[in-house]
Amino acid sequence: MDELDRRIVNQLQGGFPLCERPFAEAARALGTDEDTLLARLRRLIETNALTRFGPLYDAERLGGAFSLCAMRVAPEDFERVAALVNAHPEVAHNYEREHRLNLWFVVATSCPSQIPILLKTIACETGYPVLNLPREEEYFVEMRLSA
Amino acid sequence: MTAAELALVKATQHGLPLVPRPYQALADDLGVDEAQVISLLRAMLADGRIRRIGAVPNHYAIGYSANAMSVWDVTDEAVDSLGPRVGALAFVTHCYRTGPTTCSPWSTAAAGTRPRARSRSSAPAWDAGCGEATCSTARASSRRPG
Repeated sequence: MDELDRRIVNQLQGGFPLCERPFAEAARALGTDEDTLLARLRRLIETNALTRFGPLYDAERLGGAFSLCAMRVAPEDFERVAALVNAHPEVAHNYEREHRLNLWFVVATSCPSQIPILLKTIACETGYPVLNLPREEEYFVEMRLSA
Repeated sequence: MTAAELALVKATQHGLPLVPRPYQALADDLGVDEAQVISLLRAMLADGRIRRIGAVPNHYAIGYSANAMSVWDVTDEAVDSLGPRVGALAFVTHCYRTGPTTCSPWSTAAAGTRPRARSRSSAPAWDAGCGEATCSTARASSRRPG
């Protein structure tokens, strides 16, 4: 990533223009041109530096729900349980972590009532209880990069 | 949510078309006009259904190789003043109060944070930065995606 790439990643995280030629307008603010910005964005996505470029939706405000979940899984059973958890399309950000509770993931569903059903299903499939830590209040969400 | 809004969410959830007139391209796909796409997006931004429109970075690919998640048992009285202070730390990316749960080791309220450290050695500094809060922590470092 060169200096322009870093500025694109940092300065274009929000506020993308809503006009006919938004990339041209955003490019002007970055001191480049539309073709260059589009080419850079395509490459940043191809190389996986960006997961995507576009609207970031708030699942809850769209009527959906999500929750942070944790499980305490025996080490010898970890791969099996992780695979069973990952098989659900509602699961994102599943990590093994260094703690008694060693498997942490986020579930997102299109309707709040689906969350307890999904967690019960995961508990039945894996044989381990699932700790549900639903979000009550959001204090801060943002990723800042040092350019 | 209207049918037009739902169609637009589905058409854009993996990103905007990377073409000079992305809203026109979406309008063509959805059978509406460009001005309608722009006004729907503007309305969804205004009411918070869209948080932002822009680049969504992949933190692993851009050099953030480690992340740690920390869950704190904080009293109900303190949690709403401590939450924004933890969130204001430069290396914290998410800070929430999470719900009470019947089988939780964290009795009443917890602030969960997910700082991304550039290297694993940054994690102790993060603990130290939060040290003034007199509460127990359970730091859970990510070993790998599960």
